[in-house]
Amino acid sequence: MFDYKGYEWVFWEGLQVTLLVGLATIPVALTMGLLGAWGKLSKNRLARILANTYTTVVRGSPELVLIILVYYGLTIALQDLVAALTGDESGIDIPRFPAGVITLGLIYGAFATEVFRGAYQSVDRGQIEAAQAYGMNRKQMVLRVILPQMWRFALPGLGNLWMVLIKATSLMSIIQLPELMRMADVAARAVRLPFTFFLTASFIYLGITILSIIALSRAERWAARGVRRA
Amino acid sequence: MALFTLLENHIGFFHDTVRPALDGACQTVQGGLVSLLGEKSAIGVNFCRFVEGAWLTLELTMTALVIGLMLALPVALARLSRNPLLKWPAFGYMFYFRGTPLLVQIFLIYYGAGQFSPELRQWGLWDGLFREAYFCAVLTLVLNTTAYSAEIIRGGIQNVPFGEVEAARACGMSGRLLYRRIILPKAARIALPAYSNEVVFLFQATSLVSVITLLDLTGIARDVISDTFRTFEVWIFTLLCYLAISYCIFWLFKRLERRLMRHLQRRPASQAPLNAAG
Amino acid sequence: MKIVKILAGAALALVVAAGAAQSGEMRKVKIGTEGAYPPFNSIDTSGKLVGFDIDIANALCKAANFECEFVVQDWDGIIPALQAKKYDAIIASMSITDKRKEVVDFTGKYYNTPAKFIGAAGATYDFTYDTGLAGVKIGVQGSTIHEDFARAKWPKAEVVTYATQDEANADLASGRLDLVMADSVALDEGFLKTDGGKGFTFLGDNYNDPKYHGNGAGIAIRKGEQDLVDAFNKAIQQIRADGTYKAINDKYFAYDVYGSES
Repeated sequence: MFDYKGYEWVFWEGLQVTLLVGLATIPVALTMGLLGAWGKLSKNRLARILANTYTTVVRGSPELVLIILVYYGLTIALQDLVAALTGDESGIDIPRFPAGVITLGLIYGAFATEVFRGAYQSVDRGQIEAAQAYGMNRKQMVLRVILPQMWRFALPGLGNLWMVLIKATSLMSIIQLPELMRMADVAARAVRLPFTFFLTASFIYLGITILSIIALSRAERWAARGVRRA
Repeated sequence: MALFTLLENHIGFFHDTVRPALDGACQTVQGGLVSLLGEKSAIGVNFCRFVEGAWLTLELTMTALVIGLMLALPVALARLSRNPLLKWPAFGYMFYFRGTPLLVQIFLIYYGAGQFSPELRQWGLWDGLFREAYFCAVLTLVLNTTAYSAEIIRGGIQNVPFGEVEAARACGMSGRLLYRRIILPKAARIALPAYSNEVVFLFQATSLVSVITLLDLTGIARDVISDTFRTFEVWIFTLLCYLAISYCIFWLFKRLERRLMRHLQRRPASQAPLNAAG
Repeated sequence: MKIVKILAGAALALVVAAGAAQSGEMRKVKIGTEGAYPPFNSIDTSGKLVGFDIDIANALCKAANFECEFVVQDWDGIIPALQAKKYDAIIASMSITDKRKEVVDFTGKYYNTPAKFIGAAGATYDFTYDTGLAGVKIGVQGSTIHEDFARAKWPKAEVVTYATQDEANADLASGRLDLVMADSVALDEGFLKTDGGKGFTFLGDNYNDPKYHGNGAGIAIRKGEQDLVDAFNKAIQQIRADGTYKAINDKYFAYDVYGSES
């Protein structure tokens, strides 16, 4: 049953792209998450409205539809915009990899917003009061007291997001990004062995999950160093 | 549309009243949209098809949800059991279905079953079951949501405050009574926010069944686009549909939460007890 | 005087170089194709695009002096991606139909083969238009002339659409479908002649209705790029005239796929 008929290479090629997409999305998602959390907690009404609209729209939309919309729709919209503004008809193309990373970054950035917001609110008020008593200004307080502690609370939530993100990269196959799912599909169609290829692909995803769990528990232990256990 | 068709064929009420009413309603709206947006508008002309797609999406969601929830409780209990014969299979099943992407699961079951169709035919599992895309879709969604729901229930059960369990045991409760009166009700309240996320996720995940020929909302959208080539408007419209229904689901859960947690609501400030610690 | 000679020589060299660069400069054209429709376009075990469409495309590019690059795109979004300028031309066995002409321009055809049904050997069906094939499950690839034709001519049948031809063939092989309709050559080479196609055969007639099947497969190009259309048309005539077309034709098929000159 596990005869891959010459297409064994698809798994390694696909895995590389999958991991690359995941790793490339992390900075985008973290940035959007921090921005979103800042916006939601801000005293500025416009910031709150923008941040809330962002998370509302993303939470209510299927990832599949968003990916297709960004890859085709955003491209066409950008081209029309550029043509209207500058008259240049040559068109901007959003290639598959950036389109995927942008979409996943936006989606998981919205979820990260909730994680960061919860983490921020979990930082002990006493610490903030103490920092203010020391005369720290807002910027010092955020950089030295709040952010380092936020990471400890945010890590489990972010870890979960990573695991969900890595699986969501499989949706990039819909726009033919050559990641693991797409490569397994190409091979499966070519030799008519869908069960073989998709089962193997699913075990590879499981492998990534297991390795991620190990790495994340290590990271959580590192982030919680120095904290007394109850 | 399988469930609806079943209802239609067997219950006169559905056949005579509901179906014509729905058809009439969507035709009216469609007519209105066409006169508003013009003969060539992709959404106006195809409105009734979108309604059918949305119906299939909701049907798939509800079916998978109900069956999934019924199965999730025993699986969660098995996972928490001390008996290794129960614990490890439950753990393995949950780990596999939570650790692999839904898209892979869908392809695996639908096309994988196709690869083994002679064997399935031999065992009588082919006709009416694995042959149908609807069955494969429901099966995959059920397996997936059961695993996630069982994990949520497990989290809820494990987060029941130990004090309450202690008090119940002190009163002499044990076993099934303990679970029924104390643990499960509390666990349900704890798990509710997480479960609302799972329901919305399931609803959005049904968009993936369009890849195995089912004409849910996303499937209809792709069909309409291939007919009219109006990519942007159709996808925006579809997105708005999903948004609207997702928020209805969130709103329903918020109401449920408020209802179940009535006894935990904060009293107005004027009535706050003087010596309360919180 | 020497300086004038050197400068003149340099100027001449520059002009020649510029001229050479100009004539050597090839227009870059990106070509979109599906890669899932053997023997016309598919992906082989090493990940390369191969097939009749690919060879024709390469020949046309050579004849038109284009520098061509292929982009793989699923059939579903192949026209939207063209409109989004992800590539400049579609060479993927796309039939020239009026419906498509509303959104894209086409060159002349580069082949024309009829559509047929395949099904289990020995099965009989009533193929009369409008009333036949009641309740029969027909598999077709979505967004194709075959889907439109099947839906129009056999309204009582159940038409199931798939993202790729391979998926439709797979469901026919496993028994989920009764019939599959597609290009007869694609079905023959891509399914019937393979291991998975044992026990299946062509059923019914050859179908070639200009209203649905158009005038054969052509190259789709965005509207407003007549120069590209003309360049490809010229290239098609050139490879037909100098024998390149025949060589590619014979490499894949034992018969002429161009069809009548029309």
